[in-house]
Amino acid sequence: MTMIEARRVTKTFGSLVAVNDISLTVAPGELRAIIGPNGAGKTTFFNMITGFFPPTRGEIVLQGQDITRTSAQQRVKLGMARTFQITEIFPELTVRENVRIAVEAADGFSLRVFTSRADTDRLAADIDAVLAMTDLSGKADRLVGELSHGDQRAAEIAMALALKPRVLLLDEPTAGMGEQETFQVAGLIRRLHKQSSYTIMLVEHDMRVVFNLADRITVLAEGQMLADGTPAEIAANPAVQAAYLGEAH
Amino acid sequence: MSSTELQAASAKPATAVPAPLPAPLPVAGARGVAAGLPLTGIIVWALLLSAPLWLPLIGGYTALASRVVVMGLVAMALNFLLGFTGQMSFGHAAYFGLGAYGAGLTLRYVANSTGLAMLDGILLGGVLGTILGALICKRRGVYFAMITIAFGQIFYYIAYSWDSVTGGYDGLRGFTRQPIGVGPFVIDILNNGTLFYYFVLFVFALATGVMSLLLRSPFGRTLLAIRENERRARFLGIAVDRHIWLSFSIACFFASTAGALFALLNNFADPTSMHYTLSGIIVIMVVMGGMRTFWGPLIGAAIYVVLQDYISSITVNWMSFIGLLFVLVVMFFPRGILGMIKQRSAP
Repeated sequence: MTMIEARRVTKTFGSLVAVNDISLTVAPGELRAIIGPNGAGKTTFFNMITGFFPPTRGEIVLQGQDITRTSAQQRVKLGMARTFQITEIFPELTVRENVRIAVEAADGFSLRVFTSRADTDRLAADIDAVLAMTDLSGKADRLVGELSHGDQRAAEIAMALALKPRVLLLDEPTAGMGEQETFQVAGLIRRLHKQSSYTIMLVEHDMRVVFNLADRITVLAEGQMLADGTPAEIAANPAVQAAYLGEAH
Repeated sequence: MSSTELQAASAKPATAVPAPLPAPLPVAGARGVAAGLPLTGIIVWALLLSAPLWLPLIGGYTALASRVVVMGLVAMALNFLLGFTGQMSFGHAAYFGLGAYGAGLTLRYVANSTGLAMLDGILLGGVLGTILGALICKRRGVYFAMITIAFGQIFYYIAYSWDSVTGGYDGLRGFTRQPIGVGPFVIDILNNGTLFYYFVLFVFALATGVMSLLLRSPFGRTLLAIRENERRARFLGIAVDRHIWLSFSIACFFASTAGALFALLNNFADPTSMHYTLSGIIVIMVVMGGMRTFWGPLIGAAIYVVLQDYISSITVNWMSFIGLLFVLVVMFFPRGILGMIKQRSAP
């Protein structure tokens, strides 16, 4: 059984082939990292998985269902929740409001005007649960825009969790963060993976994060799949070393 | 599996932690969501309800107060879309004007009934706005603004050219608002300006009450989410276009409500009430009063209407003074007048 499958996915922008013929499968409960040098097509690939734009060729399958042409909004309903490289939150609202909007959207309340007492209580319980999972309970009434970078990322992940996803897709979750915050966010992702057994797919630059967290790693370079394997296999792979050394020279 | 996990996690604190869990929901709601400090609302309502008492003392008159409330309503209607959904309509006068013509045409040609005139005016602007909104809601930013202007001008030219029905350039005359019968009583809003003012205020109260209710609901919060970050909203699975469409329709219904009242106020409707210059003036009212606040647009409308009334009796160049004031407000109080007051008074 697979959670996500990409079948020979290709994306071209004019004459540029950003992603070329990539196939991969992610098992339920797996944490998959996608890495590669700049311009490898990681984010393009990720955007096709999450429905930001469709692939030029190939198919994307979620638990046996073809979602290649499914809109981003529909994919969320099917259980895919994502975060963005540059944190996408509602900065002028409190943490609780941010999560509440997500919870209400997930439960089909976004068009509702009246909520019953029972519904309100249930939504509040869901909000509290998500806040607890992401260590944000103590900051629930702060404006998200006032929080540290790490807490903002935690809030964005909290919103994704509020959607009760089957798959969590994180685009460079530690991008632009210092040591402490990277540690905080990596710890959160590890908890979600190990304790709550979410299926997680992430694009990441920070190699320590990737090699510490991932079950399997997919390496892209210049739009091609370079390697796919466990962290140990990837670390020992000469082609991967060459690609990274080639970039660094 | 992940959803059961979440439920397990949500069940745990409820059983493990004893009773005292005072969740400060209303505070967080009031801070983030619009509907305004109760204090502002109380002051606004006290002033509005007592206006016929104090207005003459400072040289005003009741019809001026009615105009303030009517223009305040259309500005608040636009603000539902502009301030609370983040979409800029530059053609909102069209639906205001449609409301006015709907009411005027009903009184002129159909029946001598104020109630029916109101209903027809509201439906004409609201339904047409809802139909066109289905097309408009797919666009964003400048394109959204341009397409709203374009549709608005269509209605302007229809009213302008269809002489035999609308009276064309000269406007629609030959109708008067009618007294309202309530059981054995008759409320003579035709000859008693103060009674008419309270009739306008009653409609205004219903409309703003519904707006406030909508903005405090999950639906209103979702609109705010779209304003704050559309991409995030879309990736929360929110049907963004549908919400913008609904918001646009609601704004049209309330704009046409104001328009119907405007026709009753003047016993007159004319094409300029649909023109994009009026749309621009409504935007000015909203921005001047404060578009992130619930009552701001009413304050903006009051300033505009009163200044227009006062300065235009002194000079024909009154618009340049209002323009100057607008520039000053935007430069020094970019959140508008009420937005600035609230910011100052916040701890």
